[in-house]
Amino acid sequence: MLKDITLGQYMPGNSVVHRLDPRTKIILTTVYIAMIFLVSSPVWYVVPLLYVTLAARVAGLSFRQMLKSVKPLRVLLILTFVLNLFFSGGTTVWVRWGILAVTREGVLLAVHFSMRLIFLVLGTSILTLTTSPVALSDGIEILLRPLRVVHFPAHELAMMMTIALRFIPTLIEETDKIMKAQQARGADFESGNLIARAKAMVPLLVPLFVSAFRRAGELAMAMEARCYHGGEGRTRLRILRFTREDAQASAVSLLALAVVIAGRALL
Amino acid sequence: MPIQVEHLTHTYLPGSPFSATAIHDITLTIEDGEFVGILGHTGSGKTTLVQHLNGLLKPTEGRVVIDGKDITRKGVSLLDVRRQVGLVFQYPEYQLFEETVAKDVAFGPKNMGLSKPEIDERVRWAIGQVGLEYEAVAECSPFELSGGQMRRVAIAGVLAMRPKTLILDEPTAGLDPRGRRSILGMISRLHAENHMTVLMVSHNMDDIASLATRLVVMSKGELIMTGVPREVFRQREILRAVGLGVPQGAELCHRLREAGYPVPEGLYTLSEARDAILRLAGRAVPDAETAAPRASETDPGVASSGTGAASAKAGEPAAAGPSADAPPAGDAPRAPETDPAGQPPAPDAPLSPAAPGKEANA
Amino acid sequence: MQAQTPIETDRVAYRYEEDGPLAVDHVSLSVRPGEMVAVLGHNGSGKSTLAKLMNALYLPTEGRVLVCGLDTAQEEHLWDVRRHAGMVFQNPDNQIVATVVREDVAFGLENLGVPQPEMIPRIEDALAAVRMIDFAAAAPHMLSGGQKQRVAVAGVLAMQPDVMILDEATAMLDPSGREEVFATVRKLNRDKGITVVWITHFMEEAALADRVVVLHQGHIEMDGTPREVFSQVERLKALGLDVPPMAELSGMLAAGGLALPAGILTVDDMVKELRACLSKSST
Repeated sequence: MLKDITLGQYMPGNSVVHRLDPRTKIILTTVYIAMIFLVSSPVWYVVPLLYVTLAARVAGLSFRQMLKSVKPLRVLLILTFVLNLFFSGGTTVWVRWGILAVTREGVLLAVHFSMRLIFLVLGTSILTLTTSPVALSDGIEILLRPLRVVHFPAHELAMMMTIALRFIPTLIEETDKIMKAQQARGADFESGNLIARAKAMVPLLVPLFVSAFRRAGELAMAMEARCYHGGEGRTRLRILRFTREDAQASAVSLLALAVVIAGRALL
Repeated sequence: MPIQVEHLTHTYLPGSPFSATAIHDITLTIEDGEFVGILGHTGSGKTTLVQHLNGLLKPTEGRVVIDGKDITRKGVSLLDVRRQVGLVFQYPEYQLFEETVAKDVAFGPKNMGLSKPEIDERVRWAIGQVGLEYEAVAECSPFELSGGQMRRVAIAGVLAMRPKTLILDEPTAGLDPRGRRSILGMISRLHAENHMTVLMVSHNMDDIASLATRLVVMSKGELIMTGVPREVFRQREILRAVGLGVPQGAELCHRLREAGYPVPEGLYTLSEARDAILRLAGRAVPDAETAAPRASETDPGVASSGTGAASAKAGEPAAAGPSADAPPAGDAPRAPETDPAGQPPAPDAPLSPAAPGKEANA
Repeated sequence: MQAQTPIETDRVAYRYEEDGPLAVDHVSLSVRPGEMVAVLGHNGSGKSTLAKLMNALYLPTEGRVLVCGLDTAQEEHLWDVRRHAGMVFQNPDNQIVATVVREDVAFGLENLGVPQPEMIPRIEDALAAVRMIDFAAAAPHMLSGGQKQRVAVAGVLAMQPDVMILDEATAMLDPSGREEVFATVRKLNRDKGITVVWITHFMEEAALADRVVVLHQGHIEMDGTPREVFSQVERLKALGLDVPPMAELSGMLAAGGLALPAGILTVDDMVKELRACLSKSST
């Protein structure tokens, strides 16, 4: 059934990448993003390529799974490529159709920005493919904890993420049910123009919102009844620990970053 | 407008790792005017089955034919199907969305493209049918009503489409006894007075025993039994094996039989149990009219067939029971068994009230 | 078993809005240690409001509520009251917080600041007590309604409460789910001596409690053992409540001239009494 589909992209596993502390993975993903932005010419994408390939291999992710994560971005990718190709200016004209000209600089930029986008997505999906949403929200909470000094609600943010994750399947199921119930009364969600379709959503969205508010109220009461009073004085069942693997993964990542920086300096 | 379900199979997410067969090879015919109770444990496929009957789900295999028309074929107007077969979901009050009750009830008729006067007329009618007063509730927000009233409004929203067949999925779930009784009374009226065909999904044996003319028992996606309540409740062991019980009246009769008392098979209402016990004890069996039936035992068909056993013996001479207690005021007390130790009263009394469509299904 | 009265309400009254009617109308109820009290009543009888007064989710408009001797109206007792009196609600979906069963059971312990090493055995014990230990790593949305409610019970149990208040915890379940949740709580009540306040509108469940309190329009209408309460068939009917079918049959038999002893609630009772009665009359 609809609710049985696993959430997000997470692919459960027990590889080194899966086992890494979520904090490590979040930090290393940030390092990786910095690395992408530091790549100065298309040739040097060979480093993130090697890095991503290695990480994916270790994590046991197939080429197809990786490709799937890029798929939703295909329109944006094509747009990025085309726009850069034709509108980057440059002097070395290779082909010209009327006002459109393909220049050497244009091709380079088009490849460069497309690569950047592809590698950004590939790298971050390794994070989401190998880290459960719960671990992710844990990692974020702890990493953001120092910001509490400036009254940043790190705990509340993480609690909200947890609750959202908990309720997404429930709400998906509910949407399906309300949709069917309205269809049984002759509602049509599939045909008509954009405005007609948007209007057709009202009988679905109103009950869904009413229900979400009701659930929120009941949940708040249930949480209070179980002595919830914010992050103050709270202990945690899940405790995150750095291991040797975290250190090793960090070393590999920093090495890759160094290569890219060196490449930038040399060329 | 018979509904024929032929070899219906439904698999959720076929081909995916989450693939699950919810119902398997179901064949069933529902005749006009029947009140069919669909019984089964949670996950037995009841809900999946009924969602096929108005085209909300498409079968993986098999077909559904309504009035000779295969509704599972491509190109069939689903709006037409939904006009014929109304489906009330479990907790239907959660689908209300309009500002006023009247507008919400009008949603279905409006989708059917009816004229304004026609819609108004239907909205009034439907609100009346569910036992609410149009003037009092029409302009209220549905969200201001009590839970039970909201449920009635939601049912009115389906009735306003004037379906010939009404399907209700657990219509009494979550209601208190009073709310439950009044919803059941309302459904019973819709069946009796408006001659609607009713299908009611329930896991409450007692609710269904008092209303249905026929029961369909499902387990693990299969149809395992169908027949009049009396026949189905005889199969106590099968019902228990699939996690269902029998009404307490039937359970009591069974237990007494087990203990060696000559109680006929096939009894299940409390009045039948009472009559059987009074006979065992050598007391006079009260008249069907004077005996106050249980509030929930409202189905006249069931009640009359229940006293069939008694009336079969009515010709025998009356004899006073050994007890000094007078039988209850009834002008002509039915003849009790003369032997208090209990010679079985009419062991095979007429047990099959006229109910159409008794095709057995393994 | 604790000697202290787990819950005592002293002429407690509650209204939702100023000038509104009293939802709970001066109820004085003393729940004895270790007993299972069923609070029966139809919607609007005030039973859910009363439940929420017992856990300091609502504070009395008038009168007071003592939980293990602590006045719920006193701010400083708030968290102690809620730890002593755990609560399970009606909708199984709307009281589970975490995405993994084990972590949901931990939620209350985390809130109480229980050290992590101590949490693990408490969670395991609680899950074992409700027979959900095999589902410790499961996602709540994959469980049945009855299983979810048992997880909710475990979440309360792990907090080691003296009394558990279940506010229509079975109303949204199917018969087998209802049975499994009731049996689980009844067992905790018997084995661990946890006092239980079981709010319900199912008379079948109330019939199995130690004591039945019937609420009507915010006040206590009946209070006694199940036998005492359920033999009053007419009075229950007048209140719009269900009557156990066997109690009703007993009344019907009496009307037919066969008087059986009072207090028949179950098929077992009925079979027993009938055997006694019939063997007498046949000899």
